[in-house]
Amino acid sequence: MPALGADMEAGTLVEWLVKPGDRVNSGDVIAVVETQKGAIEVEVFQTGVLSDILVPVGERVPVGTVLAQIDGAERATPAPAAEPVITPPPIVAPRKTPPLRAVVAPRVGRLKVTPAARRRAAALNVDIATIVTGSGVEGSIRLADVESAGAAPVRAAAKRGLDLSQMRKAIAAAMSRSKREIPHYYLTETVDLSAASTWIERFNVDKPPVERILPAVLFLKAAALALREQLRLNGAYENDAFVPSSNIHVGWAISLRGGGLIAPAIRDADKKSLAELMGAMRDLVERARRGNLRSSELTSPTVTVTNVGDRGAESVTGIIYPPQVSIVGFGRVVARPWVVDGRIESRPLVTVTLAADHRATDGHIGGLYLAAVARLLQEPEKL
Amino acid sequence: MSAPQTNPTATRITYREACKQALREALLADSRVFLMGEDIGRYGGCYAVTKGLLKEFGEERIRDTPLSESAFVGAGVGAAMAGMRPIVEIMTVNFSLLALDQILNNAVTIPHMSGGQFAIPLVIRMATGGGRRVAAQHSRSLEGWYAHIPGLRILTPATVEDARFMLKGALADPNPVIIFEHVMLYNMESDLSSDVTEVDIARAMTHRPGRDVSLITYGGSLSKALQAADALAADGIEAEVIDLRVLRPLDTKAILESVSKTRRCVIIDEGWRSGSISAEIGMRIVEEAFFELDAPLRRVCSREVPIPYAAHLEDACLPQTATIVAAARELVRPT
Repeated sequence: MPALGADMEAGTLVEWLVKPGDRVNSGDVIAVVETQKGAIEVEVFQTGVLSDILVPVGERVPVGTVLAQIDGAERATPAPAAEPVITPPPIVAPRKTPPLRAVVAPRVGRLKVTPAARRRAAALNVDIATIVTGSGVEGSIRLADVESAGAAPVRAAAKRGLDLSQMRKAIAAAMSRSKREIPHYYLTETVDLSAASTWIERFNVDKPPVERILPAVLFLKAAALALREQLRLNGAYENDAFVPSSNIHVGWAISLRGGGLIAPAIRDADKKSLAELMGAMRDLVERARRGNLRSSELTSPTVTVTNVGDRGAESVTGIIYPPQVSIVGFGRVVARPWVVDGRIESRPLVTVTLAADHRATDGHIGGLYLAAVARLLQEPEKL
Repeated sequence: MSAPQTNPTATRITYREACKQALREALLADSRVFLMGEDIGRYGGCYAVTKGLLKEFGEERIRDTPLSESAFVGAGVGAAMAGMRPIVEIMTVNFSLLALDQILNNAVTIPHMSGGQFAIPLVIRMATGGGRRVAAQHSRSLEGWYAHIPGLRILTPATVEDARFMLKGALADPNPVIIFEHVMLYNMESDLSSDVTEVDIARAMTHRPGRDVSLITYGGSLSKALQAADALAADGIEAEVIDLRVLRPLDTKAILESVSKTRRCVIIDEGWRSGSISAEIGMRIVEEAFFELDAPLRRVCSREVPIPYAAHLEDACLPQTATIVAAARELVRPT
């Protein structure tokens, strides 16, 4: 069971897409797992023959549990170090693989469960953690809640799609942990976007809507390219040490209808063309909103970029998604007076912000990084 | 409730009359029985329970005493040791504190310290409770204090039937028994079936079955709990109403059975909350039925102040139907 988020401790196996005896290749999606962030497709990173399925459909198991056995497994990626899959540690202190029952207790905040409900849950083998709302006193989970959860077959409960209240809890856990553990520092830079705006207008003028690109793509590319110059902002801070990543996989923050937020990876964003990035962005937004993301997309981001401009805010002071060490924010493009060569002109401006982990870098690095973003945005044709 | 004419074997009487009939029956049945207390003879008792008994049984058996609770309760202890069956009336529980030494250090202790050589078949009756607008020193509910004392049996008749027949059982008990008569019940009228000639003095009684929440109470709060159950029923909530009847020894089994069924419980106790009999009941539930509970326990008790004289303040101070309804509803259907 892969850890598909900083806060994930367990997941429910919803669907097996392969059966014993099937040949699997690295990158194949073999199963679907239900997490707080919705149903996630699990990929394999080995090639071989699936010999045994160890976790049946409907079962909820802790992160780290072996789901299936692959015979003759050969690592597809010869140098795993070059492709570290960032496995976020659980939100609580690391523990040994707990028995299934232990999954019940950990949750954000103290879960109120009446004694009668707790006992019935054990008898019905209902995982209390999957009960979203309690109808009892002070929102406690009581007998009726457990019984209705027990009545619903596990498979029905674990349908594919997004459970926004579960996601809310996941966000709460990750963000609380971030604010608790990560000493953030914040830097801001205002960037003149006249060159970029002109370039985008020209690029889009003859294109059909589906091929047009948004300013957000330029931001994404500039943010990714600038990281090449400041690799200490790209990676993970784990076990009291910063582990840099040589790949730049940008977690693109996508807000979901009805609330919730997810930041799946656009892999190697620094190496993709603007058109490719635009396509990747569209694809991710669509699949994220459908609740149809892949496990690697959730585990691999090395940095997060959030664009709040289309929501109307001028700037964002981000909260780092652990174990990443930085989050880059872009605000709304606004026309403002700007001094150019000693004269005041109206210019489209964007406020770029960086929130970074002071354990990994200092403000000096952050400042250099923002300067690089600003410089890259002055030459959009090179992006 | 059936009208008298529909049940030819029932008589409609007041709680006061039921108490008097019980005393009269005891006096007629056993020549060792006699009554003692302040103003019980010529005046007929401060709540008129003994009115007319002096005329019928004479001064030897209906004895007016000086205003000294310690003295006449002590005399009752001595008479019981000597083989009599004294029924001592203390005007109200508020005044019984003067006799607490006799009750605790003598009545319940002598059988123990004499190695069983002496039994103390003493019955003490006293009025208890508030609601009569007679101010703090006449309105307390201290029966929970007495229920603290091992060796006592504490009875709280809440119905005409119990008022009529609990005395018989109390007199048959070789140990001291205190009967608490709630002041607001004396004028309560109810049918008394001629089929019933005795009641037990050991068990609680379910007055109304229900599956959603247990209302556990006794004495003067029973009628309020029953009214609350009616109001809750109109709302689709089925409350089970348990009349404890006996505060010591508590019928723990009945309490646990009810709570194990409903899984929710409101305890209604006119005593002050802290250290009350309701605290004891709640603790027993938590000790022995913890895993049955599907909601926190709730209590409706008297506010922890001297009972006020002013009507609106006294009403606000005591358990009321509306507060019971609110507590029960909150457990079943939290807002």
